[in-house]
Amino acid sequence: MSSDRLAVRKTYKLYVNGAFPRSESGRTYEVTDAKGHFLANAARASRKDARDAVVAARAAFRKWSGTTAYNRGQVLYRVAEVMEGRHVQFCEEVAQSEGLSSSKARAAVDAAIDRWVWYAGWTDKLAAVLGGANPVAGPYFDFSMPEPTGVVAVLAPQQSSLLGLVSVLAPVLATGSTAVVVTSKERPLPAITLAEVLATSDVPGGVVNLLTGDAEELGTWLAEHADVDAIDLTGAPAGRAMEFEREAAGTVKRVLRPPATEPDWTADPGLSRMTPFLETKTVWHPIGV
Amino acid sequence: MSSSVFEYAPAPESRSIVDIAPSYGLFVDGEFVDGTGEPLKSVNPATEEVLTEVATASEADVDRAVRAARRAFDKVWGPMRPADRGKYLFRIARLLQERAREFAVLESLDNGKPIRESRDVDVPLAAAHFFYHAGWADKLDHAGLGPAPRPLGVAGQVIPWNFPLLMLAWKVAPALATGNTVVLKPAETTPLTALLFAEVCRRADLPPGVVNIVTGAGETGRAVVEHGDVDKVAFTGSTEVGKSIARAVAGTRKKVTLELGGKAANIVFDDAPIDQAVEGIVQGIFFNQGHVCCAGSRLLVQESIHDEVIASLQRRIGTLRVGDPLDKNTDIGAINSAEQLARIRELSDIGEAEGAERWQPACDLPERGFWFPPTVFTNVSPAHRIARDEVFGPVLSVLTFRTPDEAVAKANNTTYGLSAGIWTEKGSRILKIANQLRAGVIWANTFNKFDPTSPFGGYKQSGYGREGGRHGLAAYLKGHDA
Repeated sequence: MSSDRLAVRKTYKLYVNGAFPRSESGRTYEVTDAKGHFLANAARASRKDARDAVVAARAAFRKWSGTTAYNRGQVLYRVAEVMEGRHVQFCEEVAQSEGLSSSKARAAVDAAIDRWVWYAGWTDKLAAVLGGANPVAGPYFDFSMPEPTGVVAVLAPQQSSLLGLVSVLAPVLATGSTAVVVTSKERPLPAITLAEVLATSDVPGGVVNLLTGDAEELGTWLAEHADVDAIDLTGAPAGRAMEFEREAAGTVKRVLRPPATEPDWTADPGLSRMTPFLETKTVWHPIGV
Repeated sequence: MSSSVFEYAPAPESRSIVDIAPSYGLFVDGEFVDGTGEPLKSVNPATEEVLTEVATASEADVDRAVRAARRAFDKVWGPMRPADRGKYLFRIARLLQERAREFAVLESLDNGKPIRESRDVDVPLAAAHFFYHAGWADKLDHAGLGPAPRPLGVAGQVIPWNFPLLMLAWKVAPALATGNTVVLKPAETTPLTALLFAEVCRRADLPPGVVNIVTGAGETGRAVVEHGDVDKVAFTGSTEVGKSIARAVAGTRKKVTLELGGKAANIVFDDAPIDQAVEGIVQGIFFNQGHVCCAGSRLLVQESIHDEVIASLQRRIGTLRVGDPLDKNTDIGAINSAEQLARIRELSDIGEAEGAERWQPACDLPERGFWFPPTVFTNVSPAHRIARDEVFGPVLSVLTFRTPDEAVAKANNTTYGLSAGIWTEKGSRILKIANQLRAGVIWANTFNKFDPTSPFGGYKQSGYGREGGRHGLAAYLKGHDA
């Protein structure tokens, strides 16, 4: 390839309902690398974009939650496969966004891909681990099973642009909920590349919606939105989590509170990011009547 | 009731087994102490007779109770061998069984529910909850809730008036089994069985401060929820208060479970055994005067059998006996308070004004006390208030559907998601509909069944967290949400 070829630059847009629209507001903001050099103009999602994303996530919920656990596991595994094919691109974007050395960036991308694999293996085990038969004192068959909570709004971590994002998104999908994600404000580019992976990985449109922009404003709108069932406040801007939690109380949302500081995303997450977005359904039926 | 097939002579349970003192204090640190708030009167809703005067805990009283609970957690209950904690709970379960009749009569006097229910449901289930959780105390490592599960500390618990002792058991038993200590606020209209329970704690030699009971109204509850040294808030009650609690704990470390309102659909398909379904409908809405968060208050009946079901339902309702809660023949007792009666009347009037048809059986109600006859509204549209709002009384709204999809859509058309019922002979349909209903408890060919081993709690605005079973333990342990 001739070295004087002019590169074709990518326009970074939102990912809503399986498509890549610009913000309906026409707003964008400048994204720079860790040293302050211009990287791209990202779309700055508006309230209307957030609402469109919730509508898409709600519409996608019935089919995604009804997909067999085995099938959901395969789709999540497929995400890992497709990510692997873009390994170099992710490494470059993570290194630029987070100011990491190439070896550290590679470690983060490796861990992000492996996390999809880990959650892919969970989909068809949760019901056995979290559900079961209840030995009630009477002639009834009684069992409990986990079910996805619905539409989950996720404020993704502000620091870890890819591993952190995957760590909060994959558990929502593994459990059968659909997601509206607000990406890291200053490091949104790996998220949009991840959206391109999702769009080509058999994840149905609307199951994941990614909004680049400011969690400060988007967080408020999602916290008070009546058709959002749960909110993960991990990436809430400092000092705003309490307010978002208060707003979420208006419709009794499930709230995952933010940690005091951004956690070490390489640690084994256990069930801690899945159970907050699971409901337990208990079914009774008489025996012998 | 003149229309009854059989006339029954009154068969009242004797109230001589209970000994109600003229006044009661708070139970703090193992002692009954005076409250500094304005005392409140507890009334027998069946007669409007004042039963006794009960102390009201002020913020300072609640603070004393929380400090006692913290001391007990740090010094006694936390360090105690888990097997010994379990033994205390077994003792409490046995004492409840031994004094079951006394608890049942007191509950019916204070709450207005029929003795048949307090005797056969509330009290035995309360004892069962303690017995069940007693066994967990030294087996938590095996509960699948992670290695070495640790208690949270002090649990602040606020419970409603519809199942006073049973809700106490749902709250206190898992809290103690997991090693927490408790400050519990009973409902202002029904504090008496909680105070008798305090007496049981003393008889069991439960260490002082492990269980503290602070009586009072909403302000006392707020003081419990908002106290800075409470680690865990557990609430059962209205969705409105639940939301204010979720707001109050925002930004704190407090772990919360909320068990709130409901507007359950009870779905009857055309192949259901009608007589069984009618029993289930009656049990679903008239159990405990309909003062049940999971009551089957929306009957969804397949259009082709609507007339047959309604005729059969009306015939059955005509045989229900409304009256003296202490009469062993009574099916429907008194409405718990004048305030609740006013709400039921208001919503029923709105139902009529909005165009639904009200039906009530001929039924003689006692002159004194708070009473409301069993009521069925037909011609109800999904937009009517009586199809959307929780009435919390013996009022059934009937809607129809043609296809299973329509039944599911109508059933899920509510902000609540606590429970639902399905009546059909077809097993595969039960499982499909059960999957599609967005509710925490599904009763298929039965209704209003409860058990300590069976997790209970809601989807959507019916709250979060589960009570009962292995799931219920998670609410009282650090870091475990499943």
